[in-house]
Amino acid sequence: MWNTVFPYLLSGISVGGQYALIAIGYTMVYGILRLINFAHGDVFMVAGIVMVYVVSSGVPLWLSILLVLLITSLIGFLIERVAYKPLRTAPRMSVMISAIGVSYTLQNLVLYITGGLNQIYPTIPWISGSVTIGSATTKMVTLVTPVLTIILVVALVQLINHTKIGMAMRAVSKDFETSQLMGIKINSVISVTFVIGSFLAAVGSILYFTNYTTVIQTSGAMPGLKAFVAAVFGGIGSIPGAVIGAFIIGIMENIIKGLDVILFKSGVIKAPLGLATFSDAFTFALLIVILVFKPTGLFGEKVTDKV
Amino acid sequence: MKKLMSILLVLAMVLPVFALAEDLPVVKLGVYEPASGDSGAGGKQESLGIQYANVETPTVVIGDQEYKVELVYADNGSSTDKAPSAAQQLVASGVSAVLGSYGSGVSIAGSQYFADAGIPAIGLTCTNPQVTSGNSHYFRICFLDPFQGTVLANYAYKTLGARTAYCLAELGNDYDVGLVNYFKQAFVELGGMVIDDTFPTGNSDFNSYLNNAAMYGADVFFSPVSIAYSTQIVQQAAAQNVTFPILGGDTLDSNVVANAAKGTNVKVIITTFYQEGANPAFDEGFKAWLNSDSEALTNNGGNDIISAVSVMGYDGYYTALEALKAAGTTDSKAVMAALPAVTLIGVSGEIAFDATGDAIRTSAFVKTVDTATGDWQFVTEQTVE
Repeated sequence: MWNTVFPYLLSGISVGGQYALIAIGYTMVYGILRLINFAHGDVFMVAGIVMVYVVSSGVPLWLSILLVLLITSLIGFLIERVAYKPLRTAPRMSVMISAIGVSYTLQNLVLYITGGLNQIYPTIPWISGSVTIGSATTKMVTLVTPVLTIILVVALVQLINHTKIGMAMRAVSKDFETSQLMGIKINSVISVTFVIGSFLAAVGSILYFTNYTTVIQTSGAMPGLKAFVAAVFGGIGSIPGAVIGAFIIGIMENIIKGLDVILFKSGVIKAPLGLATFSDAFTFALLIVILVFKPTGLFGEKVTDKV
Repeated sequence: MKKLMSILLVLAMVLPVFALAEDLPVVKLGVYEPASGDSGAGGKQESLGIQYANVETPTVVIGDQEYKVELVYADNGSSTDKAPSAAQQLVASGVSAVLGSYGSGVSIAGSQYFADAGIPAIGLTCTNPQVTSGNSHYFRICFLDPFQGTVLANYAYKTLGARTAYCLAELGNDYDVGLVNYFKQAFVELGGMVIDDTFPTGNSDFNSYLNNAAMYGADVFFSPVSIAYSTQIVQQAAAQNVTFPILGGDTLDSNVVANAAKGTNVKVIITTFYQEGANPAFDEGFKAWLNSDSEALTNNGGNDIISAVSVMGYDGYYTALEALKAAGTTDSKAVMAALPAVTLIGVSGEIAFDATGDAIRTSAFVKTVDTATGDWQFVTEQTVE
């Protein structure tokens, strides 16, 4: 039984870690700006495309990875400055539509550059290698992902709880206007938020595309959407919530893909039922259930309307 | 936004043709192929064959008048919801016949628009029976899925000695699901066992499906899916050190897939329309053209390995020219009436149509990837009576 479940659990934890890194970007931006940054999944995809082009232009791999992290953070920063900052005083809906616009712009830009052809992601030594643990053979990156995710999240929580900029972030997320009156430079706080979110998305993209090696302009849509569901599931605005939500979604999704086999092997069913088809449907059904029964998610803060 | 973009791209491609137009009157052929999306790579390679044939034979004599053949491109985006607008673009530009598409689903989605406008369409590599059945305007020059599925099932059962097959198709993709069904029928009839799964569009995590196949003790993994998914399946299979071979249909016949399998120990076996080396004169000419045009080379995946779909594009172009000659006019309805009687010896073999408009074909090429070099290797020519 354990041998049957283990390989699915393993790929679930790995995918969960990658969703978590994207989900943090959603949740942080929401926490501070009350904006759902729909372009975030595309920033993740662009990080993958940048990697493909940087490596193919002959830059050494270690430098490419640093460049990708840098360029993606810069893209996140620029998106905020160009598309969101001018709309600071506009109704929240306008910013959200602007985010959708950025999402389509990025996708079409990549469609234009790549010509719509899928790009093969460069192989990163060691983490691309195969490793066998018990009954499962997988890539090294599957093991690296959850560890790296947890390290980054712990570092991020330290940053938020124990540094000056972290304190500013917490203040801004509590009350946007008052913190501005208290002399917090709101624009730099928001920029830092976007840079951190994009940086983590870039790390996530390196891990994700090392596992699933094809990048096309729509590659960011599904992981982005699922990370968003994870952020809502965990309680949007809460970082530990987003991470736990992402792991739960990643694991559940993979267990459902293998549910047929698990039931078949344990003798519950005589013939496969084709349940694997419903793995995505499950994710989105979960979103609906959460929104209906616990709109604030697992760790979400209570919304109190100020009068 | 995307639609606007694609219209602009189409205009950008068409405009230079206008600028260069000489005094000859023009006859238009529609190229209804995906240039983006999951099947973008395959669609581009199929278009390459058409483009090469157009470079080789840019004019055609219809009646007593020589016409310049102009290719009109429409990107159906590999998706059935974008296909109608691409088909309407072609209808609006007044083409005499349409070539394509790569992928049966988009061919079916565009079919009605061609039928309403009285424009004949020649399917090049769309192998699903539904493309041509029940209509008189869609023709096809390649073999069909029932045939292909039977060939693969026979090969898996008899030659590979497989008894359990795991089939994986993209949910809602007419081509994948259809081919899996025909494979399943033939394989079960032979006495084998089949387990099938489907994955949602846009999925890129195939580890769990590969796990499923291993858990069921499958002897072969049959996944006749788009190139974008195939490369991921091959690479994830390599990472998992799977023991079963991966079987596929004609969609996998691309150097992109061969490249993915290069340097791994995954065995990829497919059926297809053409194997490089069968017609040296064509191979040489096509490679020379690819190497002289950097954009064509990029669209072919960066090297000059000939994809079978390019050959079908080439044969399709000449089939259309034959039909135009036989019709004696550029009127699309006359071309449609002339098509059933058209025969020619193409690079991929003899082409003649049966009563439903399908090519009469009895054999398919079986190929595998040489994982040391990343090239396709000829295995056998499989015939089914």
